Amino acid sequence: MAVIEFQNVSKCFSRSGGGKLLRVFLKERLQKRHREVFCALKDVSFRVERGESMAIIGANGAGKSTLLSLVAGLARPNEGRVEVSGKVAALLELGTGFHPDLTGSENVFLNASILGLSRKRARECFDSIVDFSGIAEFINQPIRTYSSGMVMRLAFAVAIHVEPDILIIDEVLAVGDAAFQEKCFDRICELKRAGKTLLFVSHAPEMVKHLCDHGLWLEHGRVKAAGPPAEILEAYSGHAPRG
Amino acid sequence: MTIRGIRMWNGDYIFVLSNLVKKDFKVRYRNMSLGVLWSVLNPLVTMGALAFVFTQIFPSKRHDVAVFLLCGLVPYNFFAMAWNTGTGSLAENYSIMKRVTVPRELFPVATVLGNCVHLLIQIGILFAFTLGAGLGINRHWLWLPYVWFMEILFVCGLAMATSAINVYIRDTRYVVESLNTVLFYFVPIFYGHDNIPDRFREVVHYNPVAALILALRNILWEGIAPGGKLVERLTFCSLATLVAGFLIFRRLKAGFFDHM
Repeated sequence: MAVIEFQNVSKCFSRSGGGKLLRVFLKERLQKRHREVFCALKDVSFRVERGESMAIIGANGAGKSTLLSLVAGLARPNEGRVEVSGKVAALLELGTGFHPDLTGSENVFLNASILGLSRKRARECFDSIVDFSGIAEFINQPIRTYSSGMVMRLAFAVAIHVEPDILIIDEVLAVGDAAFQEKCFDRICELKRAGKTLLFVSHAPEMVKHLCDHGLWLEHGRVKAAGPPAEILEAYSGHAPRG
Repeated sequence: MTIRGIRMWNGDYIFVLSNLVKKDFKVRYRNMSLGVLWSVLNPLVTMGALAFVFTQIFPSKRHDVAVFLLCGLVPYNFFAMAWNTGTGSLAENYSIMKRVTVPRELFPVATVLGNCVHLLIQIGILFAFTLGAGLGINRHWLWLPYVWFMEILFVCGLAMATSAINVYIRDTRYVVESLNTVLFYFVPIFYGHDNIPDRFREVVHYNPVAALILALRNILWEGIAPGGKLVERLTFCSLATLVAGFLIFRRLKAGFFDHM
């Protein structure tokens, strides 16, 4: 059974970008000029079965993040169908909603609530979160005093306690030192073994080969190739400029 | 163009709200040497200035003019602050909204509730002045929670509408600021119900901020029950604004992501 299914999905944005000043807004309305649109995804189709994991590969600006935000339910497609079943946790950026003036533990609760943990669950998980982050001695300090690595460790620790059916990971593993990265990697492997579906954006070939069953190569918003990750990676590294 | 499946955020609304309100409060006061005292000091300074004006420049016949003025200033200050910060609430949380499907309605509501913490302090000052002026507690005080609650619903509705519009048109916040300045003169802060010409008197009741001020003066200053019609109109306008704000928000939120 497919837990994620895209059928001919396109997602376009207005080129002039997001929020406008009133002056610009009125001008556009009055002139009825054709708005310039930029399509981040064009006619993308794929499916991911339960318990599978898929890597999305592509250069910057190929539409990877847009694809993830569609799966996460943050954006709606302009065309096509997006079907997702199950609880999605998106590690699109760690530390969503972290505030520098709040202490580590205050941020843990704030972040956990935003990610969808109940009050009870957050309390139960708190010790395990602090333990995983490995920064117990600083937990009552404001996080503006933390190093960026420490902030990321704390954020990752909260995020993996969400217990999703589908886990979306956007290049967030490039945090912390080698030991912490390994810890994160182990935890993700554990989730995979537990039958969770993974959607993975990474430029680290080793990780992709090790974790993923499928690869999807995006180029300029279109699917360039799909197949076993090793083949896709090879084709990609032979083709694309680095990055 | 369809989306299907259980993708709804299924977290704990109350937990998020309480965390957002707490964050608001802590962030605002943690880095101040005087902390929460600012919230008390601010209205006291205003009162000092007003006391000077109304005893030295325009001497008032009544000694409890401070209560009269505070009944106007406290609701107005709360309203202006809550509406203004509520309007910017979504824009301030773009980083969260871009990454998590947490219900967007929570941001304006949390900001308004965050302002209620300060409101409590200000109401405390208002009560202190009321009792200090020798105006005792009467049974009509039971109306107070109700009229304040209506006011909070009214601001929530307005803030939902304007915060959503602010995502599309970024200078909405400045429009709100200007409207607040205008409103200052159009609600009875420095004048009473009796000073309003007859032909406007009815209209004023339909503005929940003005209605609240008039109701507070009835209760605290005159010691009588707020007029039945006044309460009716306050209730009607507040609930109508809340529903309208909610509908506008629901209509606009689908496009938030593309406009952030």
